[in-house]
Amino acid sequence: MDIVVCVKRVPLTEEVDLVIDEQKKGIKKDQLAFVLNDWDNYAIEEAILLKERHGGTVTAITVGSEDDEEVLRRSLAMGADRAIRVEAGDTTRFDSYGIAKILSRVVKDVPFDLIFTGVLADDDYFGMVGMMVAEELQINHANMVTAIEIEDRKVRTTSELEGGLGEVSLIELPALLAIQTGINEPRYVSILGIRKAAKKELKVVDLSELGLSDEELSPKTLIDEVYLPPETEGAQILSGDPEKIASEVIEILTKKGVMA
Amino acid sequence: MIVEHRLNEIRDITLEMLWKASELAEKHSHNVSAILLGYEVSALAENISDRADTILIFDDERLKNFNAGIYKEIIAGLIQESNPILTLIGNTSWGMEVAPCLAIRTGFPLATDCINITFHDGKCIAQRQMYSGKIFSNVSFAESTGYLLTVRSGVFSKDIIGERKAELVQKDFPLTEVPLKKDFIEFVETAAGDVDISQAELLVSTGRGIGEEENISLVKDLAEALNGVVSCSRPIVDKNWLPKYLQVGTSGKSVSPKVYIAIGISGAFQHMAGVSGAGTIIAINKDPKAPIFRTADYGIVDDLFKIVPILKEKVLETKKG
Repeated sequence: MDIVVCVKRVPLTEEVDLVIDEQKKGIKKDQLAFVLNDWDNYAIEEAILLKERHGGTVTAITVGSEDDEEVLRRSLAMGADRAIRVEAGDTTRFDSYGIAKILSRVVKDVPFDLIFTGVLADDDYFGMVGMMVAEELQINHANMVTAIEIEDRKVRTTSELEGGLGEVSLIELPALLAIQTGINEPRYVSILGIRKAAKKELKVVDLSELGLSDEELSPKTLIDEVYLPPETEGAQILSGDPEKIASEVIEILTKKGVMA
Repeated sequence: MIVEHRLNEIRDITLEMLWKASELAEKHSHNVSAILLGYEVSALAENISDRADTILIFDDERLKNFNAGIYKEIIAGLIQESNPILTLIGNTSWGMEVAPCLAIRTGFPLATDCINITFHDGKCIAQRQMYSGKIFSNVSFAESTGYLLTVRSGVFSKDIIGERKAELVQKDFPLTEVPLKKDFIEFVETAAGDVDISQAELLVSTGRGIGEEENISLVKDLAEALNGVVSCSRPIVDKNWLPKYLQVGTSGKSVSPKVYIAIGISGAFQHMAGVSGAGTIIAINKDPKAPIFRTADYGIVDDLFKIVPILKEKVLETKKG
Protein backbone atom coordinates (compact mmCIF):
# COMPACT_ATOMS: atom_id res chain seq x y z
CA MET A 1 0.00 0.00 0.00
CA ASP A 2 1.75 3.17 -1.21
CA ILE A 3 0.34 6.32 0.31
CA VAL A 4 0.98 9.97 -0.51
CA VAL A 5 0.10 12.52 2.16
CA CYS A 6 -0.24 16.21 1.29
CA VAL A 7 0.70 18.42 4.23
CA LYS A 8 0.81 22.13 5.02
CA ARG A 9 2.55 24.32 7.56
CA VAL A 10 0.19 26.78 9.22
CA PRO A 11 0.55 29.51 11.84
CA LEU A 12 -0.54 28.74 15.38
CA THR A 13 -3.23 31.30 16.09
CA GLU A 14 -4.89 30.06 19.23
CA GLU A 15 -4.61 32.45 22.17
CA VAL A 16 -2.71 34.89 19.95
CA ASP A 17 -3.72 38.42 19.03
CA LEU A 18 -3.82 38.47 15.24
CA VAL A 19 -2.80 41.65 13.45
CA ILE A 20 -3.95 42.50 9.92
CA ASP A 21 -1.09 43.30 7.49
CA GLU A 22 -0.70 46.65 5.71
CA GLN A 23 -2.21 45.43 2.45
CA LYS A 24 -5.23 44.02 4.36
CA LYS A 25 -4.78 40.75 2.44
CA GLY A 26 -3.65 38.61 5.34
CA ILE A 27 -2.28 38.60 8.86
CA LYS A 28 1.18 39.50 10.11
CA LYS A 29 3.01 36.24 10.53
CA ASP A 30 6.53 37.24 11.62
CA GLN A 31 5.73 36.85 15.32
CA LEU A 32 3.76 33.61 15.00
CA ALA A 33 4.88 30.06 15.65
CA PHE A 34 4.19 27.54 12.88
CA VAL A 35 3.05 23.94 13.11
CA LEU A 36 1.94 21.04 10.97
CA ASN A 37 -1.74 21.56 10.18
CA ASP A 38 -3.73 19.54 12.74
CA TRP A 39 -5.74 17.60 10.12
CA ASP A 40 -2.54 16.72 8.25
CA ASN A 41 -0.99 15.39 11.46
CA TYR A 42 -3.82 12.84 11.66
CA ALA A 43 -3.43 12.08 7.94
CA ILE A 44 0.29 11.30 8.31
CA GLU A 45 -0.39 9.12 11.36
CA GLU A 46 -3.12 7.20 9.52
CA ALA A 47 -0.81 6.58 6.55
CA ILE A 48 1.91 5.27 8.86
CA LEU A 49 -0.54 3.02 10.72
CA LEU A 50 -1.67 1.51 7.39
CA LYS A 51 1.93 1.05 6.29
CA GLU A 52 2.72 -0.73 9.55
CA ARG A 53 -0.23 -3.06 8.96
CA HIS A 54 -0.03 -3.63 5.20
CA GLY A 55 3.51 -2.66 4.18
CA GLY A 56 4.30 -0.16 1.43
CA THR A 57 5.58 3.39 1.54
CA VAL A 58 4.50 6.78 2.81
CA THR A 59 5.50 9.94 0.93
CA ALA A 60 4.83 13.38 2.41
CA ILE A 61 4.46 16.31 0.00
CA THR A 62 4.21 20.04 0.58
CA VAL A 63 4.23 23.12 -1.63
CA GLY A 64 6.27 25.87 -0.04
CA SER A 65 9.52 27.46 1.00
CA GLU A 66 12.51 26.03 2.81
CA ASP A 67 10.86 26.97 6.11
CA ASP A 68 8.02 24.63 5.23
CA GLU A 69 10.43 21.68 5.21
CA GLU A 70 9.93 21.67 8.96
CA VAL A 71 6.60 19.85 8.52
CA LEU A 72 8.17 17.36 6.11
CA ARG A 73 10.92 16.55 8.61
CA ARG A 74 8.30 16.07 11.26
CA SER A 75 6.41 13.72 8.93
CA LEU A 76 9.62 11.77 8.27
CA ALA A 77 10.27 11.54 12.00
CA MET A 78 6.77 10.13 12.50
CA GLY A 79 7.58 7.36 10.02
CA ALA A 80 7.14 8.61 6.47
CA ASP A 81 9.73 7.12 4.09
CA ARG A 82 10.41 10.13 1.93
CA ALA A 83 9.32 13.69 1.36
CA ILE A 84 8.94 16.06 -1.55
CA ARG A 85 8.82 19.84 -1.40
CA VAL A 86 7.70 21.80 -4.41
CA GLU A 87 9.66 25.05 -4.53
CA ALA A 88 7.17 27.54 -5.87
CA GLY A 89 8.32 30.90 -4.51
CA ASP A 90 5.66 32.94 -2.75
CA THR A 91 2.77 30.48 -2.37
CA THR A 92 0.30 33.16 -1.29
CA ARG A 93 -0.11 33.95 -5.01
CA PHE A 94 -1.85 30.60 -5.52
CA ASP A 95 -5.40 29.73 -4.58
CA SER A 96 -6.67 26.20 -3.94
CA TYR A 97 -6.95 25.57 -7.70
CA GLY A 98 -3.27 26.35 -8.20
CA ILE A 99 -2.16 24.22 -5.25
CA ALA A 100 -4.37 21.35 -6.46
CA LYS A 101 -2.87 21.59 -9.96
CA ILE A 102 0.64 21.50 -8.53
CA LEU A 103 -0.07 18.55 -6.23
CA SER A 104 -1.82 16.51 -8.88
CA ARG A 105 1.12 17.06 -11.22
CA VAL A 106 3.75 16.08 -8.62
CA VAL A 107 2.06 12.81 -7.64
CA LYS A 108 2.15 11.62 -11.25
CA ASP A 109 5.77 10.60 -10.68
CA VAL A 110 5.06 8.93 -7.33
CA PRO A 111 3.51 5.47 -7.09
CA PHE A 112 0.37 5.55 -4.95
CA ASP A 113 -2.71 3.57 -4.06
CA LEU A 114 -4.04 6.21 -1.71
CA ILE A 115 -3.62 9.96 -1.38
CA PHE A 116 -4.47 11.58 1.95
CA THR A 117 -5.07 15.24 2.64
CA GLY A 118 -6.47 16.89 5.74
CA VAL A 119 -10.14 17.90 5.52
CA LEU A 120 -9.06 21.53 5.76
CA ALA A 121 -6.22 23.77 6.83
CA ASP A 122 -6.33 25.79 9.99
CA ASP A 123 -5.52 29.04 8.16
CA ASP A 124 -7.84 29.83 5.25
CA TYR A 125 -10.42 27.16 6.06
CA PHE A 126 -11.30 26.62 2.39
CA GLY A 127 -11.13 22.82 2.58
CA MET A 128 -11.14 22.23 -1.16
CA VAL A 129 -7.66 21.17 -2.26
CA GLY A 130 -8.19 17.45 -1.54
CA MET A 131 -11.28 16.91 -3.67
CA MET A 132 -9.82 19.12 -6.42
CA VAL A 133 -6.76 16.87 -6.60
CA ALA A 134 -9.04 13.81 -6.82
CA GLU A 135 -10.97 15.42 -9.68
CA GLU A 136 -7.79 16.45 -11.50
CA LEU A 137 -6.51 12.87 -11.26
CA GLN A 138 -9.93 11.35 -12.01
CA ILE A 139 -9.75 9.01 -9.03
CA ASN A 140 -12.30 8.03 -6.40
CA HIS A 141 -12.68 10.07 -3.25
CA ALA A 142 -14.25 10.38 0.18
CA ASN A 143 -14.37 13.37 2.50
CA MET A 144 -14.23 13.73 6.32
CA VAL A 145 -12.94 10.22 6.78
CA THR A 146 -12.95 8.93 10.37
CA ALA A 147 -12.16 5.23 9.79
CA ILE A 148 -10.29 3.25 7.12
CA GLU A 149 -9.98 -0.47 6.47
CA ILE A 150 -8.16 -1.93 3.50
CA GLU A 151 -9.99 -4.81 1.81
CA ASP A 152 -8.01 -6.23 -1.08
CA ARG A 153 -8.08 -3.54 -3.83
CA LYS A 154 -10.77 -1.62 -2.06
CA VAL A 155 -10.96 0.61 0.97
CA ARG A 156 -13.84 0.71 3.44
CA THR A 157 -14.26 4.24 4.78
CA THR A 158 -16.49 5.94 7.31
CA SER A 159 -17.26 9.57 6.47
CA GLU A 160 -18.48 11.89 9.18
CA LEU A 161 -21.85 13.47 8.48
CA GLU A 162 -23.59 16.00 10.69
CA GLY A 163 -25.30 15.16 13.98
CA GLY A 164 -23.27 12.10 14.97
CA LEU A 165 -24.07 10.13 11.82
CA GLY A 166 -21.42 8.24 9.84
CA GLU A 167 -21.62 6.99 6.25
CA VAL A 168 -19.80 3.77 5.40
CA SER A 169 -18.66 3.27 1.80
CA LEU A 170 -16.59 0.75 -0.13
CA ILE A 171 -14.29 2.46 -2.63
CA GLU A 172 -12.05 1.09 -5.37
CA LEU A 173 -8.38 2.07 -5.28
CA PRO A 174 -6.68 4.31 -6.18
CA ALA A 175 -8.52 6.90 -4.14
CA LEU A 176 -8.08 10.20 -2.37
CA LEU A 177 -9.34 10.44 1.20
CA ALA A 178 -9.63 13.70 3.14
CA ILE A 179 -8.86 12.81 6.74
CA GLN A 180 -10.83 14.18 9.69
CA THR A 181 -9.32 14.87 13.11
CA GLY A 182 -9.82 12.18 15.75
CA ILE A 183 -9.33 9.23 13.34
CA ASN A 184 -6.32 8.11 15.42
CA GLU A 185 -3.95 9.35 18.11
CA PRO A 186 -0.95 10.92 16.35
CA ARG A 187 2.35 9.79 17.84
CA TYR A 188 4.67 12.07 19.71
CA VAL A 189 7.73 13.32 17.86
CA SER A 190 10.92 14.15 19.75
CA ILE A 191 13.61 16.60 18.69
CA LEU A 192 15.98 13.65 18.55
CA GLY A 193 13.57 11.82 16.26
CA ILE A 194 13.48 14.79 13.91
CA ARG A 195 17.29 14.92 13.91
CA LYS A 196 17.51 11.21 13.09
CA ALA A 197 15.03 11.60 10.25
CA ALA A 198 17.39 14.09 8.58
CA LYS A 199 18.99 11.08 6.87
CA LYS A 200 15.78 10.29 5.00
CA GLU A 201 15.21 11.50 1.47
CA LEU A 202 13.79 15.01 1.07
CA LYS A 203 13.55 15.90 -2.58
CA VAL A 204 13.01 19.44 -3.84
CA VAL A 205 11.14 19.82 -7.11
CA ASP A 206 11.04 23.21 -8.78
CA LEU A 207 7.67 24.43 -9.98
CA SER A 208 9.16 25.06 -13.44
CA GLU A 209 9.82 21.30 -13.81
CA LEU A 210 6.10 20.54 -13.62
CA GLY A 211 5.18 22.14 -16.93
CA LEU A 212 2.21 24.11 -15.64
CA SER A 213 1.32 27.27 -17.52
CA ASP A 214 0.77 30.65 -15.84
CA GLU A 215 -2.84 30.43 -16.90
CA GLU A 216 -3.33 27.09 -15.15
CA LEU A 217 -1.88 28.56 -11.97
CA SER A 218 -3.62 31.92 -11.99
CA PRO A 219 -6.00 32.26 -9.04
CA LYS A 220 -9.76 32.29 -9.48
CA THR A 221 -10.65 32.95 -5.85
CA LEU A 222 -9.16 36.22 -4.64
CA ILE A 223 -9.00 37.54 -1.12
CA ASP A 224 -10.01 41.20 -1.48
CA GLU A 225 -9.74 42.23 2.10
CA VAL A 226 -9.37 40.70 5.53
CA TYR A 227 -10.61 42.37 8.70
CA LEU A 228 -11.24 41.74 12.36
CA PRO A 229 -14.71 40.42 13.20
CA PRO A 230 -17.34 43.16 13.35
CA GLU A 231 -18.01 44.32 16.91
CA THR A 232 -20.91 42.62 18.63
CA GLU A 233 -22.42 43.40 21.96
CA GLY A 234 -20.52 40.41 23.30
CA ALA A 235 -20.49 38.87 26.73
CA GLN A 236 -20.90 40.79 29.95
CA ILE A 237 -17.46 40.33 31.49
CA LEU A 238 -17.31 39.31 35.16
CA SER A 239 -14.13 40.67 36.70
CA GLY A 240 -12.47 40.89 40.08
CA ASP A 241 -10.81 38.27 42.22
CA PRO A 242 -11.79 34.61 41.74
CA GLU A 243 -13.90 34.62 44.95
CA LYS A 244 -15.99 37.52 43.71
CA ILE A 245 -16.33 36.00 40.24
CA ALA A 246 -17.43 32.66 41.75
CA SER A 247 -20.11 34.41 43.84
CA GLU A 248 -21.42 36.21 40.75
CA VAL A 249 -21.56 32.95 38.77
CA ILE A 250 -23.52 31.30 41.60
CA GLU A 251 -25.91 34.24 41.58
CA ILE A 252 -26.50 33.75 37.85
CA LEU A 253 -26.97 29.99 38.27
CA THR A 254 -29.47 30.59 41.08
CA LYS A 255 -31.40 33.12 39.01
CA LYS A 256 -31.57 30.71 36.08
CA GLY A 257 -32.88 27.96 38.35
CA VAL A 258 -30.07 25.43 38.07
CA MET A 259 -28.64 25.65 41.60
CA ALA A 260 -31.14 23.22 43.10
CA MET B 1 -29.13 25.56 -5.71
CA ILE B 2 -28.66 21.94 -4.82
CA VAL B 3 -31.32 20.53 -2.49
CA GLU B 4 -29.89 18.58 0.41
CA HIS B 5 -32.06 15.99 2.09
CA ARG B 6 -31.39 13.02 4.30
CA LEU B 7 -33.55 10.12 5.43
CA ASN B 8 -36.55 11.56 3.56
CA GLU B 9 -36.40 15.05 5.07
CA ILE B 10 -35.37 18.38 3.60
CA ARG B 11 -32.39 19.60 5.60
CA ASP B 12 -32.41 23.11 7.10
CA ILE B 13 -29.45 24.17 4.96
CA THR B 14 -31.71 23.75 1.90
CA LEU B 15 -34.24 26.26 3.26
CA GLU B 16 -31.44 28.64 4.22
CA MET B 17 -29.91 28.52 0.73
CA LEU B 18 -33.33 29.05 -0.83
CA TRP B 19 -33.81 32.12 1.36
CA LYS B 20 -30.49 33.61 0.22
CA ALA B 21 -31.11 32.63 -3.40
CA SER B 22 -34.56 34.26 -3.30
CA GLU B 23 -33.15 37.42 -1.76
CA LEU B 24 -30.51 37.74 -4.49
CA ALA B 25 -33.00 36.79 -7.21
CA GLU B 26 -35.43 39.52 -6.10
CA LYS B 27 -32.70 42.14 -5.99
CA HIS B 28 -31.07 41.27 -9.31
CA SER B 29 -34.02 39.86 -11.30
CA HIS B 30 -32.92 36.26 -11.54
CA ASN B 31 -34.78 32.98 -11.19
CA VAL B 32 -34.27 30.39 -8.49
CA SER B 33 -33.91 26.81 -9.66
CA ALA B 34 -33.58 23.95 -7.22
CA ILE B 35 -32.01 20.65 -8.19
CA LEU B 36 -33.37 17.65 -6.34
CA LEU B 37 -31.63 14.30 -6.70
CA GLY B 38 -32.82 11.14 -4.98
CA TYR B 39 -35.20 8.21 -5.11
CA GLU B 40 -38.91 8.64 -4.37
CA VAL B 41 -38.32 12.29 -3.54
CA SER B 42 -41.20 13.94 -5.41
CA ALA B 43 -43.02 14.65 -2.14
CA LEU B 44 -39.99 16.58 -0.95
CA ALA B 45 -40.29 18.85 -3.98
CA GLU B 46 -43.81 19.81 -2.89
CA ASN B 47 -42.41 20.91 0.48
CA ILE B 48 -40.25 23.57 -1.13
CA SER B 49 -42.36 24.46 -4.17
CA ASP B 50 -43.19 27.91 -2.74
CA ARG B 51 -39.51 28.77 -2.47
CA ALA B 52 -38.22 28.32 -6.04
CA ASP B 53 -39.26 29.11 -9.63
CA THR B 54 -38.22 25.74 -11.01
CA ILE B 55 -37.44 22.42 -9.38
CA LEU B 56 -35.57 19.92 -11.51
CA ILE B 57 -36.25 16.46 -10.13
CA PHE B 58 -34.03 13.49 -10.82
CA ASP B 59 -35.93 10.61 -9.25
CA ASP B 60 -34.11 7.36 -9.85
CA GLU B 61 -33.19 4.29 -7.86
CA ARG B 62 -29.54 4.85 -8.76
CA LEU B 63 -29.73 8.12 -6.79
CA LYS B 64 -31.10 6.49 -3.66
CA ASN B 65 -27.91 7.03 -1.72
CA PHE B 66 -25.66 10.04 -1.97
CA ASN B 67 -22.82 9.26 -4.33
CA ALA B 68 -20.50 12.15 -5.09
CA GLY B 69 -19.38 10.42 -8.28
CA ILE B 70 -22.89 10.37 -9.75
CA TYR B 71 -24.06 13.65 -8.22
CA LYS B 72 -21.16 15.63 -9.63
CA GLU B 73 -21.70 14.19 -13.14
CA ILE B 74 -25.34 15.22 -13.19
CA ILE B 75 -24.84 18.66 -11.62
CA ALA B 76 -21.87 19.49 -13.86
CA GLY B 77 -24.01 18.57 -16.87
CA LEU B 78 -26.83 20.84 -15.70
CA ILE B 79 -24.45 23.74 -15.06
CA GLN B 80 -22.98 23.42 -18.54
CA GLU B 81 -26.47 23.25 -20.02
CA SER B 82 -28.08 26.20 -18.25
CA ASN B 83 -25.08 28.33 -17.19
CA PRO B 84 -26.40 29.70 -13.88
CA ILE B 85 -24.71 32.83 -12.54
CA LEU B 86 -24.61 31.30 -9.06
CA THR B 87 -24.70 27.71 -7.85
CA LEU B 88 -25.28 27.29 -4.10
CA ILE B 89 -24.31 24.10 -2.31
CA GLY B 90 -24.43 23.38 1.42
CA ASN B 91 -21.12 23.53 3.24
CA THR B 92 -21.86 20.09 4.64
CA SER B 93 -19.99 16.80 4.47
CA TRP B 94 -21.71 16.00 1.18
CA GLY B 95 -21.49 19.50 -0.29
CA MET B 96 -17.81 19.75 0.55
CA GLU B 97 -17.13 16.58 -1.38
CA VAL B 98 -19.04 17.61 -4.49
CA ALA B 99 -18.30 21.36 -4.77
CA PRO B 100 -14.50 21.24 -5.38
CA CYS B 101 -15.02 18.55 -8.04
CA LEU B 102 -17.58 20.77 -9.76
CA ALA B 103 -15.13 23.66 -9.67
CA ILE B 104 -12.60 21.61 -11.63
CA ARG B 105 -15.28 20.28 -13.99
CA THR B 106 -16.88 23.63 -14.83
CA GLY B 107 -13.87 25.90 -14.43
CA PHE B 108 -16.04 28.17 -12.25
CA PRO B 109 -14.44 29.85 -9.23
CA LEU B 110 -15.44 28.40 -5.85
CA ALA B 111 -15.55 29.86 -2.35
CA THR B 112 -16.48 27.57 0.52
CA ASP B 113 -18.16 28.13 3.87
CA CYS B 114 -19.67 31.51 2.92
CA ILE B 115 -21.54 33.48 5.58
CA ASN B 116 -22.80 36.16 3.23
CA ILE B 117 -23.11 36.68 -0.52
CA THR B 118 -23.60 40.01 -2.27
CA PHE B 119 -23.32 41.40 -5.80
CA HIS B 120 -21.77 44.80 -6.48
CA ASP B 121 -21.91 46.02 -10.11
CA GLY B 122 -22.35 42.44 -11.26
CA LYS B 123 -19.35 41.30 -9.22
CA CYS B 124 -19.92 38.52 -6.72
CA ILE B 125 -18.49 39.05 -3.23
CA ALA B 126 -18.51 36.28 -0.62
CA GLN B 127 -17.91 36.90 3.05
CA ARG B 128 -16.19 34.14 5.00
CA GLN B 129 -14.04 33.48 8.05
CA MET B 130 -10.43 32.39 8.48
CA TYR B 131 -8.24 31.35 11.41
CA SER B 132 -11.06 29.70 13.37
CA GLY B 133 -13.28 32.77 13.10
CA LYS B 134 -10.70 35.25 14.41
CA ILE B 135 -10.45 36.96 11.01
CA PHE B 136 -13.15 37.74 8.44
CA SER B 137 -12.48 38.08 4.72
CA ASN B 138 -14.20 39.30 1.58
CA VAL B 139 -13.52 37.10 -1.39
CA SER B 140 -13.97 38.12 -5.01
CA PHE B 141 -13.40 36.06 -8.12
CA ALA B 142 -11.64 36.03 -11.45
CA GLU B 143 -14.07 36.96 -14.20
CA SER B 144 -16.42 34.10 -14.98
CA THR B 145 -19.91 33.48 -16.30
CA GLY B 146 -20.78 31.62 -13.12
CA TYR B 147 -19.68 31.08 -9.55
CA LEU B 148 -19.89 28.19 -7.11
CA LEU B 149 -20.42 28.90 -3.43
CA THR B 150 -20.91 26.61 -0.47
CA VAL B 151 -22.98 28.07 2.33
CA ARG B 152 -22.43 27.64 6.06
CA SER B 153 -25.34 26.07 7.94
CA GLY B 154 -27.37 28.23 10.28
CA VAL B 155 -26.37 31.70 9.07
CA PHE B 156 -29.33 32.47 6.82
CA SER B 157 -33.04 32.60 7.60
CA LYS B 158 -35.38 29.70 6.82
CA ASP B 159 -38.20 32.12 5.91
CA ILE B 160 -39.82 32.46 2.52
CA ILE B 161 -39.11 35.58 0.43
CA GLY B 162 -41.53 36.62 -2.31
CA GLU B 163 -44.29 34.61 -3.95
CA ARG B 164 -43.19 31.62 -5.93
CA LYS B 165 -44.88 28.57 -7.33
CA ALA B 166 -42.30 26.25 -8.70
CA GLU B 167 -42.69 24.45 -11.95
CA LEU B 168 -41.78 20.83 -11.16
CA VAL B 169 -39.77 19.28 -13.96
CA GLN B 170 -39.16 15.53 -13.90
CA LYS B 171 -35.84 14.73 -15.53
CA ASP B 172 -34.53 11.40 -16.77
CA PHE B 173 -31.41 9.89 -15.31
CA PRO B 174 -28.92 11.41 -17.74
CA LEU B 175 -25.92 9.12 -17.40
CA THR B 176 -25.46 6.16 -19.68
CA GLU B 177 -22.67 4.76 -17.59
CA VAL B 178 -22.73 4.84 -13.81
CA PRO B 179 -19.29 5.25 -12.27
CA LEU B 180 -19.90 2.58 -9.66
CA LYS B 181 -16.56 2.79 -7.96
CA LYS B 182 -17.93 3.87 -4.61
CA ASP B 183 -20.68 1.85 -2.99
CA PHE B 184 -22.79 3.08 -0.11
CA ILE B 185 -22.85 0.45 2.62
CA GLU B 186 -24.75 1.93 5.56
CA PHE B 187 -25.32 4.78 7.95
CA VAL B 188 -23.85 4.27 11.40
CA GLU B 189 -24.60 6.09 14.64
CA THR B 190 -21.23 7.29 15.91
CA ALA B 191 -22.46 9.13 18.98
CA ALA B 192 -24.56 6.59 20.86
CA GLY B 193 -24.03 6.44 24.63
CA ASP B 194 -25.55 6.25 28.11
CA VAL B 195 -25.90 9.99 28.69
CA ASP B 196 -28.07 12.21 26.50
CA ILE B 197 -26.60 15.70 26.79
CA SER B 198 -29.38 17.13 24.64
CA GLN B 199 -31.76 16.63 27.58
CA ALA B 200 -29.55 18.25 30.28
CA GLU B 201 -30.61 21.45 32.04
CA LEU B 202 -27.09 22.37 33.06
CA LEU B 203 -24.02 21.47 31.03
CA VAL B 204 -20.48 21.96 32.25
CA SER B 205 -18.47 21.77 29.07
CA THR B 206 -14.78 21.78 28.30
CA GLY B 207 -12.44 22.18 25.35
CA ARG B 208 -8.84 22.42 24.23
CA GLY B 209 -7.99 24.93 26.99
CA ILE B 210 -8.16 22.17 29.61
CA GLY B 211 -4.69 21.17 28.37
CA GLU B 212 -4.17 17.69 29.80
CA GLU B 213 -6.33 14.63 30.21
CA GLU B 214 -5.94 14.58 34.01
CA ASN B 215 -7.42 18.10 34.20
CA ILE B 216 -10.77 16.81 32.95
CA SER B 217 -11.47 15.84 36.57
CA LEU B 218 -11.66 19.56 37.47
CA VAL B 219 -14.61 19.88 35.12
CA LYS B 220 -16.19 16.62 36.29
CA ASP B 221 -15.93 17.77 39.91
CA LEU B 222 -17.60 21.08 39.15
CA ALA B 223 -20.38 19.34 37.21
CA GLU B 224 -20.91 16.95 40.10
CA ALA B 225 -21.07 19.77 42.64
CA LEU B 226 -23.69 21.50 40.47
CA ASN B 227 -25.63 18.32 39.65
CA GLY B 228 -24.92 19.12 36.03
CA VAL B 229 -23.78 16.99 33.11
CA VAL B 230 -20.31 17.06 31.55
CA SER B 231 -19.98 17.79 27.85
CA CYS B 232 -17.15 18.91 25.60
CA SER B 233 -16.00 20.30 22.27
CA ARG B 234 -14.44 18.35 19.42
CA PRO B 235 -10.71 18.42 20.38
CA ILE B 236 -11.50 16.56 23.62
CA VAL B 237 -13.17 13.72 21.70
CA ASP B 238 -10.42 13.72 19.07
CA LYS B 239 -7.93 13.11 21.88
CA ASN B 240 -10.14 10.37 23.30
CA TRP B 241 -10.40 12.09 26.70
CA LEU B 242 -14.21 11.97 26.67
CA PRO B 243 -16.59 9.83 24.58
CA LYS B 244 -18.19 11.06 21.35
CA TYR B 245 -21.70 11.11 22.85
CA LEU B 246 -20.69 14.00 25.11
CA GLN B 247 -19.63 16.17 22.16
CA VAL B 248 -21.54 19.39 21.45
CA GLY B 249 -21.49 20.81 17.92
CA THR B 250 -22.31 20.14 14.26
CA SER B 251 -20.62 16.74 14.22
CA GLY B 252 -21.84 15.97 17.75
CA LYS B 253 -25.11 16.94 19.42
CA SER B 254 -27.20 20.08 19.55
CA VAL B 255 -28.06 20.99 23.13
CA SER B 256 -30.48 23.37 24.82
CA PRO B 257 -29.67 23.58 28.53
CA LYS B 258 -30.87 26.44 30.75
CA VAL B 259 -27.22 27.22 31.42
CA TYR B 260 -24.13 26.22 29.45
CA ILE B 261 -20.79 26.73 31.20
CA ALA B 262 -17.96 26.67 28.63
CA ILE B 263 -14.56 26.07 30.20
CA GLY B 264 -11.53 26.55 27.96
CA ILE B 265 -13.62 26.45 24.78
CA SER B 266 -12.60 28.96 22.11
CA GLY B 267 -15.98 28.88 20.40
CA ALA B 268 -15.41 27.74 16.81
CA PHE B 269 -18.66 28.02 14.84
CA GLN B 270 -18.99 24.23 14.58
CA HIS B 271 -19.23 24.18 18.36
CA MET B 272 -21.41 27.26 18.74
CA ALA B 273 -23.90 25.87 16.19
CA GLY B 274 -24.61 23.16 18.77
CA VAL B 275 -25.36 25.57 21.63
CA SER B 276 -27.64 28.03 19.82
CA GLY B 277 -30.51 26.63 21.90
CA ALA B 278 -28.84 27.30 25.26
CA GLY B 279 -30.60 29.76 27.60
CA THR B 280 -27.52 31.36 29.13
CA ILE B 281 -23.87 30.80 28.20
CA ILE B 282 -21.11 31.48 30.72
CA ALA B 283 -17.62 31.28 29.18
CA ILE B 284 -14.30 30.95 31.00
CA ASN B 285 -11.28 31.50 28.75
CA LYS B 286 -7.98 33.29 29.26
CA ASP B 287 -7.90 34.57 25.65
CA PRO B 288 -9.98 37.79 25.59
CA LYS B 289 -10.17 37.48 21.77
CA ALA B 290 -11.66 33.97 21.88
CA PRO B 291 -14.71 33.99 19.57
CA ILE B 292 -16.85 32.48 22.35
CA PHE B 293 -17.03 35.87 24.09
CA ARG B 294 -18.88 37.20 21.06
CA THR B 295 -21.88 34.95 21.70
CA ALA B 296 -21.66 34.14 25.41
CA ASP B 297 -23.91 36.04 27.83
CA TYR B 298 -21.29 36.20 30.58
CA GLY B 299 -17.56 36.01 30.17
CA ILE B 300 -14.70 35.38 32.58
CA VAL B 301 -11.34 36.29 31.07
CA ASP B 302 -9.08 34.39 33.42
CA ASP B 303 -7.14 31.20 33.99
CA LEU B 304 -9.64 28.35 34.28
CA PHE B 305 -7.32 26.53 36.70
CA LYS B 306 -7.72 29.44 39.11
CA ILE B 307 -11.48 29.94 38.69
CA VAL B 308 -12.91 26.42 38.41
CA PRO B 309 -11.68 24.98 41.76
CA ILE B 310 -12.80 28.08 43.69
CA LEU B 311 -16.16 28.02 41.93
CA LYS B 312 -16.61 24.37 42.91
CA GLU B 313 -15.83 25.11 46.58
CA LYS B 314 -18.22 28.06 46.60
CA VAL B 315 -20.96 25.94 45.06
CA LEU B 316 -20.53 23.24 47.71
CA GLU B 317 -20.54 25.90 50.45
CA THR B 318 -23.66 27.55 49.07
CA LYS B 319 -25.47 24.23 48.79
CA LYS B 320 -24.59 23.33 52.40
CA GLY B 321 -25.62 26.88 53.22
